[in-house]
Amino acid sequence: MKGWIAFWNILIKDMRLYYLKPPNVSWGIIFPLAWTGMFFIKSGSGLESVLALLPGVVTISILFGTTSMLTVTITFERRSRSFERLLLSPISLELLMLAKTSGAIFFGIVNAFVPIIIAAFLVDLSGIAWSLVIPAIILIGIVSTFLGLFIAVSASEVFEAQTFSNFFRFPMIFLCGLFFPIMSLPIFIRPLSYILPVTYGVDILHGAVSGTQIMPLSLDFLILAAFCIVLFVLSLHNIKRRWIS
Amino acid sequence: MAEVAEKTGKNTIIHVTGLTKSYGEVLAVDNISFQVNPGEIFGFLGPNGAGKTTTINVLTGLARLDSGTIQIGGIDCTHNPKAAQHLIGIVPDESNLYPELTGFENLCFCAALYGMRKAERQTRARELMDTFGLSNAADRKFADYSKGMKRKLTFAAGIIHQPPILFLDEPTTGIDVASARQVRQIISGLQSKGTTVFLTTHYIEEAERLCERIAFIVNGRIVRIARTADLLQPVRGKNILILSTLNVAGNLSEEMPLFFPQHQFQFTSGQIRVESQEVVNVAPLMRFLDERGVQVTEARRHLPSLEDVFVQVTGIEAGLMKKEKEKPGVGGNQ
Repeated sequence: MKGWIAFWNILIKDMRLYYLKPPNVSWGIIFPLAWTGMFFIKSGSGLESVLALLPGVVTISILFGTTSMLTVTITFERRSRSFERLLLSPISLELLMLAKTSGAIFFGIVNAFVPIIIAAFLVDLSGIAWSLVIPAIILIGIVSTFLGLFIAVSASEVFEAQTFSNFFRFPMIFLCGLFFPIMSLPIFIRPLSYILPVTYGVDILHGAVSGTQIMPLSLDFLILAAFCIVLFVLSLHNIKRRWIS
Repeated sequence: MAEVAEKTGKNTIIHVTGLTKSYGEVLAVDNISFQVNPGEIFGFLGPNGAGKTTTINVLTGLARLDSGTIQIGGIDCTHNPKAAQHLIGIVPDESNLYPELTGFENLCFCAALYGMRKAERQTRARELMDTFGLSNAADRKFADYSKGMKRKLTFAAGIIHQPPILFLDEPTTGIDVASARQVRQIISGLQSKGTTVFLTTHYIEEAERLCERIAFIVNGRIVRIARTADLLQPVRGKNILILSTLNVAGNLSEEMPLFFPQHQFQFTSGQIRVESQEVVNVAPLMRFLDERGVQVTEARRHLPSLEDVFVQVTGIEAGLMKKEKEKPGVGGNQ
């Protein structure tokens, strides 16, 4: 029970200090809005392209929302040494890091619904398999956040964390099937797509929205969940190695 | 606290043996062993870079030891540094609270990290704000606090959960005289309630005033560990006179011991230090120096203190140690 009191208060503190700050709230809305507008307009094929673009826009909103916020907040707390206070508290490192990442996961999930709400005004979303979309959004939120955590643990400065996260994020836009089908990529690049976790999340969303997935959905879910576990375990390992050394 | 040690059937509340810690090529702590008794204030005294903070970091779980064993409150923390974190409170050498939260919110948050419920943590936070004289600033952001206020709030955050063992890393460094005095009073108050205090400091007078036992640490090694009273024993009863001189003529270092065999002399630039088991009579010394053309500008009696012991044992000038840490215009050593 004591651990969960700590968990809840870390989460609330992070929401207040970082995620619910007016600039971040507006960024969380404007950023997905901008991506949505850009891709919908650029596609040039009218409203019928909305459904095809929706999985990519949802994913990119989650990916940028979670990784940007988490890498900055963790690196900032490390620099100001307030993170030490958390490390000294009598809760397990696993619970502590889950508390630190929960805010970013929540932020990413909220970001995901910005393009969905916009799309709801433009096209009929009744054909979408929401029972797949919701868990997929949650899993993409978790995997992106843990990717952000992995990056944050490897960086010591805020600018370093941002640069390092772009190194992962921008290639994902092109490699993970967000807007360009993986099958249209040169064959020697495709293996890269399959080692990136976002690929599997986008595939589920494509399947849920338009039934155009390239892999069995159960396999997508399984691989995505495995990525979550691996990234979290690796991050914990790096925290112990780099921060408690 | 004594109860923790009693429950575990141990006489010592912190038990460290052969602790070694290095960062890359740098050996920060070299095979140190010590014990802290329940309810005592144990001082770790040494210059910057001696290994004081590294020792605290290893004991509290912020750093991993290379070798040795650690027991805190009877719990073996050698391989699981988190095991005893519920027993300890830490006041780090730098304030590390959240600048965007108010003083009150910071304390409540720190209390929550130890699983305290809302009503309990708010009551305790108000109580501590009052104890540290920060009640009027409770709703101000931590970022807007003065340095002394930040230090006091950081101290309050370290004891919010009433830990039986408290680690204080340079608690009065860089704060004003009044705040430093208040902090020392609070440390004594905590001890009287049974809290065990592990205190690192480079202020020798502070260690002498507060600590029951002291370890001198230099270059990562404990060079002396004893009760404060025992450390002072060799210098107790000694009479020391410091003569400030403008010039030194002749071969004083050879002549003076011959003329005054009952005294011991130390000659440094512009100073002659006279040590004796008897009262030092100033007049013959002044006459002797005057006859040799040595101008004496000041003669003052020096009360032997722990500083003399420290200098004797470590060879480090205490004044230099203070200068290393202090910034102009501040000093918590009064």
